Amino acid sequence: MRYLGKQEIEDIAVGAALLGTGGGGDPYIGKLMTLQAIEEYGPIQLLTVDEVPQDALVVSSGMMGAPTVMIEKAPSGHEARKAFQMLEGFLGQKVFATYPIEAGGLNSMLPLALAAQMGLPVVDVDGMGRAFPELQMATFYLDGIAATPMAIADEKGNVNLIDTIDSLWAERIARSATIQMGGSVMFAIYPMKGRQLKESGIHNILKLEEDLGRTIRLAKEQNTEPIREILAITNGFELFRGKVIDINRKTETGFARGTASMEGLEEYKGETLKLRFQNEHLIAMTEERLLCVTPDLIAVLDAETGVPITTEGLRYGARAVVIGIPCHPKWRTAKGIETCGPGYFGYDVEYLPVEELAKKGVAER
Amino acid sequence: MSYRIGIDVGGTHTDGILLDAKYQVIAETKCATTEDVSSGIYQAMREVIAKANVQRDRIGFAMLGTTHCTNAIVERKRLNSVAVIRIGAPATLAVKPLIGVPEDLREKLGKYVYIVRGGHEFDGRQMADLDEAELSRIADTLKGKVDSVAVTSVFSPVSKDHELRAAEILHEILGDQVSISLSHEIGSVGLLERENATILNAAVVNVAKTTAQGFMQALREEGIEAKVFLGQNDGTLMSVEYAMKYPILTIACGPTNSIRGASYLSGLGDALVVDVGGTTTDIGVLVNSFPRESSLAVEIGGARTNFRMPDLISIGLGGGTIIRIEEDGSFKVGPDSVGYQLTRRGLVFGGDTLTATDVAVALGKTQLGDPAKVAHLDKGVLQKVYNRIVEMVEEAIDRMKTSADPVPVILVGGGSILLPDEMKGAASVIRPEHFGVANAIGAAISQISGQVERVFSLDELGREKTLELAKQIAVDEAIAAGAEPGSIEIVDIEDVPLAYLPGNATRIRVKAAGNLSVKTEPTLSN
Repeated sequence: MRYLGKQEIEDIAVGAALLGTGGGGDPYIGKLMTLQAIEEYGPIQLLTVDEVPQDALVVSSGMMGAPTVMIEKAPSGHEARKAFQMLEGFLGQKVFATYPIEAGGLNSMLPLALAAQMGLPVVDVDGMGRAFPELQMATFYLDGIAATPMAIADEKGNVNLIDTIDSLWAERIARSATIQMGGSVMFAIYPMKGRQLKESGIHNILKLEEDLGRTIRLAKEQNTEPIREILAITNGFELFRGKVIDINRKTETGFARGTASMEGLEEYKGETLKLRFQNEHLIAMTEERLLCVTPDLIAVLDAETGVPITTEGLRYGARAVVIGIPCHPKWRTAKGIETCGPGYFGYDVEYLPVEELAKKGVAER
Repeated sequence: MSYRIGIDVGGTHTDGILLDAKYQVIAETKCATTEDVSSGIYQAMREVIAKANVQRDRIGFAMLGTTHCTNAIVERKRLNSVAVIRIGAPATLAVKPLIGVPEDLREKLGKYVYIVRGGHEFDGRQMADLDEAELSRIADTLKGKVDSVAVTSVFSPVSKDHELRAAEILHEILGDQVSISLSHEIGSVGLLERENATILNAAVVNVAKTTAQGFMQALREEGIEAKVFLGQNDGTLMSVEYAMKYPILTIACGPTNSIRGASYLSGLGDALVVDVGGTTTDIGVLVNSFPRESSLAVEIGGARTNFRMPDLISIGLGGGTIIRIEEDGSFKVGPDSVGYQLTRRGLVFGGDTLTATDVAVALGKTQLGDPAKVAHLDKGVLQKVYNRIVEMVEEAIDRMKTSADPVPVILVGGGSILLPDEMKGAASVIRPEHFGVANAIGAAISQISGQVERVFSLDELGREKTLELAKQIAVDEAIAAGAEPGSIEIVDIEDVPLAYLPGNATRIRVKAAGNLSVKTEPTLSN
């Protein structure tokens, strides 16, 4: 067990943006909520997954809806508490600790704010090892752990308890309710036992975020380039270096889809990279070859500072390094690829692990 | 009433210009920017009037682009006593106002902070009734304590009702002496950033007031009764009355003025503008004769804001940039500069410091001062330094371009004599007449604009019709602000769908601009 203070939170927020692979919402507001909560309630207790009793009830927390709405209509801070109480009443057990459902973007920060407010510990684990847009895109789903019963709450005091036949239905019903409740709600989801969390979750993810954030911060302080160290920490691969020359966005069914094109620089000169995204970066390819495919992680980093760039922040002329990071092995099973591989997002591309694609690239060049 | 004066304050120089009704340059001048800013402005104004030698009662307009407000925020000086009122409880309590703002600024501006019930949803539904009784109580306690109030309501870019009602209540109790800043007129969606911008706005109201009144007084002393306008950072003008309400909009008007001036002088609507000053080079993008706006959060004095700013990159290279050459022939370009002391410290002017200007003179790229004073320098090394200088600009140009195709590059600013007539990535290099005072010209010829930014639901009217509606609102705003109806054009359209949310909610921003109508008396501009 250890405590997270303000510096740790700052670092985790940067690491979360990196693992957010361009999506998940800017962690900025989540960071501010957490910093305010620490100011008011003190540092946050962080537990490793081994420190959670086998039968303890653990519940994930976070937000659902449009980050654009949440950065305008910020939470009251009471939503998650209400959602937790609703769930506790239904399950007849007190919640022992909370944890992030995803490691990227906004939802990696919100459980920290909530934990400080409620005096609950946070478990260093998540259900994605990255960010994904839908509730069933979690390792828990792959392991047959239900997302429901779940509760969603708004700042007005409305709370919904949702119990569905599977996680896909939970996603559908909760998202519809979210719109009526004002476009952004806080949820309590994936209630499970400590033992299940240990078996199914992705461990030490907050530590990874913190390490990434610290690396980027120190590199800035010492005026060095952090990319190499980022690759070492994540077992990642440099896929491309270049300049953004075109961005084509359109929105379909609530998702910001699009393609960004980058023109190669340095050793990539003459090549053009296409980045396909739906909130998150999902496919990186040049005209000749595939470089990285979801569920492996594709992060776009500022070429000088290593600071992650979101899909919304992608702009003409930006100099960036694109890196690929192997996803957790659970995503590489048949069910994992079916759940959040390229086919699910409507791309006619076969999933191949980034390590294999990277090897091919080296052989070709 | 046919002449107009334009004054623009830069980091190194304050430039003045006097134009006739056809925008022909009658006189131009350059003065050193002074510590207090104002005396430099007055000096430039007097010089340009003296040089022009026109009938003073025929000078009808005076346009001023100044850095007073920026300086006040950055230095944390001369700031108003401010109250911060947010409308949105019970939402937003988890992130209080001014969180994330540097401690020293928070201390100055965070003495009176309130969050009251009210606000709207993203689709315009009311979230909670506005707590009018609480607002009255707050106003009572603020009596005699504050100069201005910043009011920010949740989703006011979608529905401004609660902000307007709050302003009525506050006015009624606090009177007209206390100025009220409303967030929907300052920033876009993004509560904390818009709130920060509104608070900063409230904090510099008196600074703007003093600046504008001082300028008007100085004009009167010269026997000039001109209508005064202040430059905004989107390249359009606002009346003094409006500037006193929304002074934050003057921040970064300088680079905007030079981009607009470059457009006017070159006759180009789409190009890159490279403005080389004494200390820095700013590179901006002209799209439809206006500067491209930045889409990212902008920090002002360490506070994150989302209000519009020109998309610029600035590199540490100007006419006064100090060049250091080591014995082994290695060298360093800047980033420090002798600034306005160039004509005293530069080698060609008899000084002791090797500057970028000296390098250009030694290589025969430009004629200035006494070339004999740099004749002894090793031309081989200087050529390398010069190549590096050009390369720095070329790299920056490339960063700002939107495609690999070469684009026209307009060179302005006094330091632009450093740069060559051909550059990588430039389809052509244009040096317009009066390039040295393009910023003051940009201030003088600015237009009047109207803008709308709101979340629309495309389900009701469809995309095309919704865009038409938004355009009409922007045009109407521009006319109301004093633009000549026949000259109004749509200069910017942006529609960004709200991600992770079905239902086709889309944020649309449209800006329209037209020439200042000289017949009508404009009252407002935004």
